[in-house]
Amino acid sequence: MEQFIQQIINGISIGSIYALIALGYTMVYGIINLINFAHGDILMVGGYIGFFCAYTLGIGFIPATLIAMVVCALLGVVIEKVAYRPLRNAPRITLLITAIGVSFLLEYAMMYFVGPDVKTYPSGFFGFGYISLGGLSISSDKLMVTFITLILMVALQFLISKTKIGKSMRAVSSDPDAAQLMGVSVDKAISFTFLIGSALAAVAGVMYGAMFTINPLSGMTPGLKAFIAAVFGGIGSIPGAIVGGVSLGLIETLVSGYLSSAYKDAVAFAILIIILIVKPSGLLGKNRKEKV
Amino acid sequence: MKFFDFFKKKDESKISGLSDNLPTLLIFVAAYIIIKLLIVVGIISPFYETVVLKLCIDIILGLGLNLITGITGQFSLGHAGFMAIGAYTSALMTLRISSSPVMIILAVILGGVLSGFLGFLIGIPTLRLRGDYLAIATLGLGEIIKIVIQNVDQTILGGAAGLSSIPLYSSFEFCFICMVICYFVITNVLKSSFGRACISVREDEIASESMGVNVTKAKILAFIIGTFFAGVAGALYSGYVGVIQPKNFGFMKSIDILMIVVLGGLGNINGTIIAAFVLNIVSFALQDFAELRMVLYSLLLIAIMLIKSGETPFFVKLREMFSIENMKKKLNSRKAEE
Repeated sequence: MEQFIQQIINGISIGSIYALIALGYTMVYGIINLINFAHGDILMVGGYIGFFCAYTLGIGFIPATLIAMVVCALLGVVIEKVAYRPLRNAPRITLLITAIGVSFLLEYAMMYFVGPDVKTYPSGFFGFGYISLGGLSISSDKLMVTFITLILMVALQFLISKTKIGKSMRAVSSDPDAAQLMGVSVDKAISFTFLIGSALAAVAGVMYGAMFTINPLSGMTPGLKAFIAAVFGGIGSIPGAIVGGVSLGLIETLVSGYLSSAYKDAVAFAILIIILIVKPSGLLGKNRKEKV
Repeated sequence: MKFFDFFKKKDESKISGLSDNLPTLLIFVAAYIIIKLLIVVGIISPFYETVVLKLCIDIILGLGLNLITGITGQFSLGHAGFMAIGAYTSALMTLRISSSPVMIILAVILGGVLSGFLGFLIGIPTLRLRGDYLAIATLGLGEIIKIVIQNVDQTILGGAAGLSSIPLYSSFEFCFICMVICYFVITNVLKSSFGRACISVREDEIASESMGVNVTKAKILAFIIGTFFAGVAGALYSGYVGVIQPKNFGFMKSIDILMIVVLGGLGNINGTIIAAFVLNIVSFALQDFAELRMVLYSLLLIAIMLIKSGETPFFVKLREMFSIENMKKKLNSRKAEE
């Protein structure tokens, strides 16, 4: 029983990281219908900036994360401007290949500059040992991950539903042409979506790096998992990303805990395929009919 | 629609017969004789011969994926997974049963057939998905194939360490013949009514369905042919390197193949061959700088997409863009504006 609760806590913490990344996927997909393959690599870049801050500058978690957020947000906006904006009306396959190109560019440029070896954050950077709770000893970084994710989710929900820029993002995602006619700046809304998504990915990247390790290709797996989570929850829906991320994290830890850790990636992909075939709109997504 | 404006009309209307294929066949025979002569004389050393083998395998892979992605418009990111099926099948057969010439040919064919059969099984549900969803689903399938091979039975498939000391049966002749067969199958498919159905599916699925094209059949058949050749290429690959590991058939390999197809122009058969040639030279020249090579590849991918070359090979499009006539045209239009 104790082991089961530990597994659940592990699952929720890794799931919250997936959820944070999935938000970026979901928002970008909602607004320009693009699977932003480079999103996972922005996570990796965030991890490296956090590592650099912690190791070279010796600063703590919160300032390091803020720096990573700013840099990644800028990076996301630049990528959108340079690579995606010229192709906005091109076929989807073109955009997707471009996104794959951007993803590889980030990975291998990073590998070229910092080398392919695995880096570990200095200990004590994130979390503060273990907390005992009624006979259970819980690693504090896992609780912190969940807590930070919760705060960011609430902030994001507020931003999207209450502010003016959030309103314009929603308008563009439901109908870009109509939004433009109503005086909403489509470019600005899309840039802002990339900004928010990338900043969230940076937070996830620092936390993921601090909990595990980083290397130039380490963004790929969590990126793909987060995409699966986004599809699972219903792509384009923000609560869906959260539900999808946490459930994927739980399924994954339970599979690796009770079945075999070798198959946890295969199970995640199998879930993706089953969801895509059975209910492509996901758990909480809206059903969109395709019109001729 | 703009994306495929460059589609050449002349290939479509022809009904293929022997006389149409003869000139190309003669070119292949000439190419074979020249390369063989160079090998015999010693200008192409055994070391460079392996590069030629790899080129043939890459062309087969590129042509297979071009049929799926370029011609039928179904974006697959799991091509390397099907290659793995062919590679493991033929490696097991030649390693465990016998490595007589008949067995080798059987092994390569069976590798292709199994891979094609898997493509058929997987294609039925996944090809209902469109565009980017299909890309992710095939990516996932490719990874699942890799993970399953890695974990299923250590004693038979060798786990993560893979299979080694596979007989090196992929001679230059064998690979070349397989490549030529693949080329003719794909080009003749393209000229047939099925090929036209594939193109119409790529252009507009709903419109072609309403014109009586069986969209599902066209997609699945294209997928089967493409994955069949991926299996054949995988079988040749295992007889070329002698050691196969699951990690050789990951996402990166799929991207390498996609790179060939995209560089040569989506749906352009001859472009694929030229692109495979160019990319092999590039990767050979940059083999000591793996990171730089990948940076270059990714920049190329983005550049090709941004200049929207579509079916025209990248290099042709660049030439067009920077040709004197084009410059003149631009100058004239600027003058006219003034």
